[in-house]
Amino acid sequence: MPATIEEEVVEEVIAGAKTNPSSEALGRIEVRGVNKYFGSLHVLRDVSLDIEAGKVTSIIGPSGSGKTTLLRSINHLEKVDSGYIAIDDELVGYRRKGDRLYELKEKEILRRRSRVAMVFQNFNLFPHMTALENVIEAPVSVRGLTKAQAIEEGKAFLSRVGLGDRAGAYPNQLSGGQKQRVAIARALAMKPKVILFDEPTSALDPELVGEVLEVIDSLATGGTTLVVVTHELAFAREVSDKVVFFDKGKPLEFGPPLQLFNNPRCERTAEFLSKLL
Amino acid sequence: MAVAAETSILCDPLSSAAGWSDYSKLKAVSSRHPGRIAGSIIVVLILALIAQSLITNPRWEWGVVAEYFSAESVLRGLGVTLILTIVSATLGFIFGALIALARMSKSPILSGTAWVYTWFFRSVPLLVLLVVIYNWGYLYEYVGLGIPFSDISFFKLKTVTLMGPITTAIIGLSFNEAAYSAEIIRGGILSVDQGQLEAAASLGISRSRRFTRIVLPQAMRAIIPNAFNDLTGLVKGTSIVYVLAVYDLFHTVQVIYNRTQRVLPMLLVAVVWYVILTTILSIVQYYVERAFAKGSAHSLPKTPPQKLFAFIASIPGLIARWFGTAALANEKGGERDACDD
Repeated sequence: MPATIEEEVVEEVIAGAKTNPSSEALGRIEVRGVNKYFGSLHVLRDVSLDIEAGKVTSIIGPSGSGKTTLLRSINHLEKVDSGYIAIDDELVGYRRKGDRLYELKEKEILRRRSRVAMVFQNFNLFPHMTALENVIEAPVSVRGLTKAQAIEEGKAFLSRVGLGDRAGAYPNQLSGGQKQRVAIARALAMKPKVILFDEPTSALDPELVGEVLEVIDSLATGGTTLVVVTHELAFAREVSDKVVFFDKGKPLEFGPPLQLFNNPRCERTAEFLSKLL
Repeated sequence: MAVAAETSILCDPLSSAAGWSDYSKLKAVSSRHPGRIAGSIIVVLILALIAQSLITNPRWEWGVVAEYFSAESVLRGLGVTLILTIVSATLGFIFGALIALARMSKSPILSGTAWVYTWFFRSVPLLVLLVVIYNWGYLYEYVGLGIPFSDISFFKLKTVTLMGPITTAIIGLSFNEAAYSAEIIRGGILSVDQGQLEAAASLGISRSRRFTRIVLPQAMRAIIPNAFNDLTGLVKGTSIVYVLAVYDLFHTVQVIYNRTQRVLPMLLVAVVWYVILTTILSIVQYYVERAFAKGSAHSLPKTPPQKLFAFIASIPGLIARWFGTAALANEKGGERDACDD
């Protein structure tokens, strides 16, 4: 334990003149010059992006444009090939010492990861655990809560997504929308600074999309940074503070939803929007 | 809310719509399956024939079977079979699990060695493997513990004294079992969706806990049927150790019939014991599978004893309904007649 504190001090010193992060809202994401290849496929092309703390940022764009890969890279589920991503000045997956980056040990990756939660397109709930067990698994094993505390908290999170009465149900006994809401409760239970949503409604019947978006909407004012990759343009327009339009591995346009939807700067954005709106 | 109320007024449920023919009062008759009935009759006849021959053919010598079934030497042989099975299954599955993990490791040396191990031990017939291990003493006269590539040695034993027939049998069976169980375990682990690992990783759950809490319980569902399949194979497979003159169930029976010349009844003794062992395994498998079925079905089916009790409890109701439906059918018939008028 003392070792990690020391490392943090080293890092802060190196971060230098930057303001003390605890005084401002947490969960600022900085993406700089990120490139990522899958074999010969160039999925992220020199991506640079600043995502504000405590705000809702939607990433829209055609399929295969690298939106999901960027999200996965922020959570270190993918390693970037060049460039860096930092959350509140902590590099994702690396530690800086002098002019070198050292790959983090598994334990340190996990510690940082627990501050960033992710909600997946196909839920990825643990099928052999009940809704409540899904929610309390990480708080018990990672945050070190006692089981009783975790259960109490977990029930509160399930109520918050409107599933207080389904705590004992297994994922197979829930509808798609309910599953995704359990997944959101599971993410919330880690009390993360950032929640990443990877097309959270794409696997849902149109009828069930609303209930999930409502829950995400209710989180928008909670001070957590939300990054939502979505095809629900109406949602992106109403809920987000900023919208990013991604195309061919690059953010083409970045701005407040009103401007991006009503007066897109790029022709490509206008073309994409006109197909969908 | 207002919209919902309005629609509920506009949309009447279809069933009560006027003008539809009402089939709800008619009695449904299930279709007949003549092939199924004929097949069942033939099977029952064949079973009866087998039973008749087993009972009436004096050459089965059921008296001899009964006499030797629980003879002390047979029970001792059964004990050896059980020990061989349990010890080599335990060692085999532990070793197999390690090989499966090594096989999935990112280190090419670990995964390559694991692959070669499985490849080799699946290629060598068990019989050949046992005889080779039995002759280990010829290849390496002494077995000892020391520091490799030096002269330092802590102890040294003659291979022949260390490796009796039972030890040899256990080593051979375990090595063989490990190769097969490694593949079974690997298959189970691979069957778990990659998204499960990603979800656990994104929650910051540690690698070891991810494996024990998330992957393994789900992998077990795929592992158990195959593992029990393998285990029943092992129970019977132990009979091969007769080549090492180990007195297991089969070899004991063999020795007895060589002396008494009552070959078939003695083989029958062995068969019945093997059947009993696999039956026990099948029952255990059923309950183990149930234990790991958590969350896989909407609700678990009843166990056979539960079904039996439920059936017994439902008999009074069944009887009542039998008489009740007979009465109801008469009533319905009357109703329908009335409609025709």
